[in-house]
Amino acid sequence: MRQLFAFILKHHFFFLFILLEIFAFSLIVRNNYQRATFLNSTGKITGTVYNTYNNIAEYFTLRKTNNELVDENARLRNSLSQSFLYTDSLIHYEKDSLFKYIGAKVISSTISKQKNYLMIDKGSDHGIHKDMGVITSKGIVGTVVDISANFSRVMSVLHINNKVNARIKKNRHLGNMEWDGKYYRQGLLTDIPTHVRLSKGDTIISSGNSHIFPEGMLVGTVEDYDTEHNEKFNKALINYSVDFNNLYYVYVITNIMKDEIIELEENEKADE
Amino acid sequence: MNNIYIKNIIRFVVLLFLQVLILDNINFWGHINPYLYVYFILLLPFEIPGWFLLLSSFALGFGIDIFAGTLGMHTASSVLMAFFRPIVIKSISSSKEYEAGMQPSISDLGFRWFFTYTVILVFIHHFALFYIEVFRFSDFFSTLGRVIYSVIFTVILVIITQYLFLKRTKK
Repeated sequence: MRQLFAFILKHHFFFLFILLEIFAFSLIVRNNYQRATFLNSTGKITGTVYNTYNNIAEYFTLRKTNNELVDENARLRNSLSQSFLYTDSLIHYEKDSLFKYIGAKVISSTISKQKNYLMIDKGSDHGIHKDMGVITSKGIVGTVVDISANFSRVMSVLHINNKVNARIKKNRHLGNMEWDGKYYRQGLLTDIPTHVRLSKGDTIISSGNSHIFPEGMLVGTVEDYDTEHNEKFNKALINYSVDFNNLYYVYVITNIMKDEIIELEENEKADE
Repeated sequence: MNNIYIKNIIRFVVLLFLQVLILDNINFWGHINPYLYVYFILLLPFEIPGWFLLLSSFALGFGIDIFAGTLGMHTASSVLMAFFRPIVIKSISSSKEYEAGMQPSISDLGFRWFFTYTVILVFIHHFALFYIEVFRFSDFFSTLGRVIYSVIFTVILVIITQYLFLKRTKK
């Protein structure tokens, strides 16, 4: 026993190294495979630091932010019911809202990693839950993966494991938006059936199948269409409509009917 | 003696916040990100006991991880880099002799020594970091490319930082 202690003491540098690495890798594995939530325990500190920093840094982008908000206001005004000219139709109904939007400020974000996340300054106290979609006025941004009381972590579209169901606007064919980890302005639309023709500049929108994003949110435009030979499905290179390097304000989307839809789907699964 | 402790503690805190608040938002060509925080591990004194070297590197990596939300990634690569530090120091020779009280720096051991020392250790760190991040070997060469570019940028920043502080001490 004493010899063992002496041995460990003699090689303590090596043993400590192994011990620390085991600890680090257990964290990595937990983080990778169970998507463990640690924001609850660390969110308060990191959130506060990022928030303080952001309160200072946001002064430098005020002009840009203002312009964006004005643009968006104008667009929203255009979609108000008063903005439409009514003809003599007798029946007028307004759809009940299905999606609700919660505004939030981005307090930290990355684009240079293979797995990019954003942190926003709204959390469970503001009605945010996991798996909600996050967008800007320009298009989709990501999905909420972790929440604490006042902050949420959002898995960006720029995440090599993130897949978003998308649709080609002109012919309504479905595909999957993926990111290959190369360039933050471009991603791939995969699983396009080979008979579908695409040309540069075609618009890609969210499909609405996932209940996370409403149908028709902008994703990007086609940059290059690559018809691989002998493949069942084709890929297209897409320019994202959102500049992920310039995110200041985002909207978190709540689908009011989501629970109902998911319940139905689960019943369907149970029947099979 | 006290001075060295205080210096290193300040360096630890400054580099941690510099990394998470500023450097993590800097991207060259979209996806090349410098990791200057390893400067702390590079500049720890020679006489530091091994366990302290490992533990302080661990703490730094863990701090970065908490902010970046990448638990374990920076911790594992920082500890690995700290583990290799004594081996690298032993294996590269300098034109100048080691003396007591010397710091791992350009002013004490010369540019050539410091450059070799930095490149090897930063490479070990970035190599571990980037492969842990993707967690697969399928894109081996594209990851290796990103490792090399990031090593170049980190090394440039380390050298610039060295010269910035070199001048200040001479004044």
